Amino acid sequence: MDRTAIVLIEMLSSISTLVIIAIGLAIIFGMMRVINIAHGEFIMLGGYIGVIATQRWGVNFWISILVIAPLVVGLFGVLVERLVIRRLYGRMVDTLLATWGLSLAMIGGVTMIFGNTIEGVSAPFGGVRIGAFSVSGYRLFLILVAVALLLGVLAVLRYTKAGLIARGAMQNPRMAAALGIDPDRVYMATFGVGAALSGLAGGLLAPLTGVIPTMGAAFIAQAFITVIGGGAAIVTGTGLAATLFGSVAKLVEFVSTPVIGDAALLFVALFVLRLLPQGITGRFFRRAS
Amino acid sequence: MERLMENDALRGRLLVALTALIGVGVMFWAAATLEFFQIFQLTEFLILAILAISLAFIWGHGGILCFGQAAFFGLGGYAYALLALNDFDTGGALFLGVAIAGGFAALLGYFMFYGRLSDVYMGVVTLSVTLIFQKLMNSTAGSAYTVGKARLGGFNGIPSVPTLSSPAEPAMPLMPEQLYFVAFGALILVYLLLGLMTHSSFGRAAAAVRENETRAELIGYDVRRIKLVTFAIGGAVAGLAGALMASQRAFIDPNAFGLVLSAQALIWVIVGGLGTLVGPILGCIALQYLSLWLSEGQFRVMGAALDNNLVLGVILMTMVLAVPKGLAPTIRDGVLWLWRRARPSSDAPSAPAAAGERA
Repeated sequence: MDRTAIVLIEMLSSISTLVIIAIGLAIIFGMMRVINIAHGEFIMLGGYIGVIATQRWGVNFWISILVIAPLVVGLFGVLVERLVIRRLYGRMVDTLLATWGLSLAMIGGVTMIFGNTIEGVSAPFGGVRIGAFSVSGYRLFLILVAVALLLGVLAVLRYTKAGLIARGAMQNPRMAAALGIDPDRVYMATFGVGAALSGLAGGLLAPLTGVIPTMGAAFIAQAFITVIGGGAAIVTGTGLAATLFGSVAKLVEFVSTPVIGDAALLFVALFVLRLLPQGITGRFFRRAS
Repeated sequence: MERLMENDALRGRLLVALTALIGVGVMFWAAATLEFFQIFQLTEFLILAILAISLAFIWGHGGILCFGQAAFFGLGGYAYALLALNDFDTGGALFLGVAIAGGFAALLGYFMFYGRLSDVYMGVVTLSVTLIFQKLMNSTAGSAYTVGKARLGGFNGIPSVPTLSSPAEPAMPLMPEQLYFVAFGALILVYLLLGLMTHSSFGRAAAAVRENETRAELIGYDVRRIKLVTFAIGGAVAGLAGALMASQRAFIDPNAFGLVLSAQALIWVIVGGLGTLVGPILGCIALQYLSLWLSEGQFRVMGAALDNNLVLGVILMTMVLAVPKGLAPTIRDGVLWLWRRARPSSDAPSAPAAAGERA
């Protein structure tokens, strides 16, 4: 019984991690069709900001990871959009390459500033006992955060004016412009929000993983697979894909090792894409968002 | 029309052969003039150039966006290292390394092309594959992970990989100068084969697929098969580079699967020029010398040595934003433009001919 509960919690934790690292990318890709290879480095930057703010500037832990990290990375995202992404709209492959360049430059830049060492903060909450086992309270907190993120993004997209404007400008920029909305600004804001969520992901995960300049590579494959596997619908797709991939990876991990679990994640994703090239929501739940 | 096509193909092949001959000349000239250590260094760059040409073929000629060229490089390298350490004949190990990398590329290509993944998704899937390989290899540090006599070694890599030896004397590993000729010879041979291939009927079909997939399919080409073959050949060539590198360094570690290497391959191709085979070779060698110069640390910004990743990233962004065609084609177009300005009367025939040639 306890064991079942633990397995369930571990699975939820794995799913929530996928949601947290993928949601920023899902927004940028889902709304703008821009694939940001530097996504992992945005997460890395968020992690660094969170850790540095806590350790060196003495800011409260929660403010560092929940406010400062997303804010700084969001502003950085706006800057990147203005300087690079804006010039490449509609040229998907060039965008990929340019953001890959950005990713390398960010790794190099952070290495030059902070050095190639691991830094970290300790996770709050300690352990929570479940029968004979103990799970990290912070992981339970992350599960709640993942749910909140999905519901929050869904609510903003569906029920707010900003979400409506954003969806409209993405679907038909010229019509939106004719109605007095500046699509250019909407793109900028959307990219900024996506970047901010990546920064938040970095801040949230930093207590678990520590931060190092090359950490982005650990997230990027999983984030991409989740977003692509999910398909067109941002929230539903990310949620479903994360659930499928996260549970498979965790179940395989239980019978083997974490790395084999990661590999299983990739194989499931390859099979999903072989069967459903448009992702899960390209075939099912088409009307979801 | 048909004769014109024939002539065009013939001229293309002649150009490739001529370039290969020049390459042979450069090989002997460099061997005669460079110091021992420089030869040693150049050998490594030449092997990386084989990786560059493999991506130039897949991406520039076949139009397949592959972000994980390092996956095949690493596979070839690891296959060579493990086989050679298990007392396999080094030539056979090299061959099997190439075959394994090519076979894996074919398998991966089957999933991607027969699943009809679009460009961008393909890039992401290949990227993920190479990352997973790196992760898997990094996790094999324990003594439980052995293949025959060889320990995988995880992030520590596999040391003392046997050097290539001549088939005539399997017990005698090749000397560094001989390895230089092997690497340069392999590069020229690969260039020759791929160059001739781009001017064959298969190569033309592949170019048609690159330019307009739907049209090529409607004409009756099996687009998926053409892409699969192109991808598998490119994977095999990358595997050759990996195997040669494992022999050259007598060492291989999971960084052979790394993102940085995949990114470097892309940068070489972009800097050299997408769509050419010679450009990426030159781009690779030039950028490797640049990295070498930077790593010596004489060039400093605010007291800190400039990070190689930072430089590569900035180069990549600048190229995509400012010189998307790559240096070689841009310089070529610039020269042609000047040429036409200088001789306004005879500009008509030279422009399409230049555009049609892919050396």
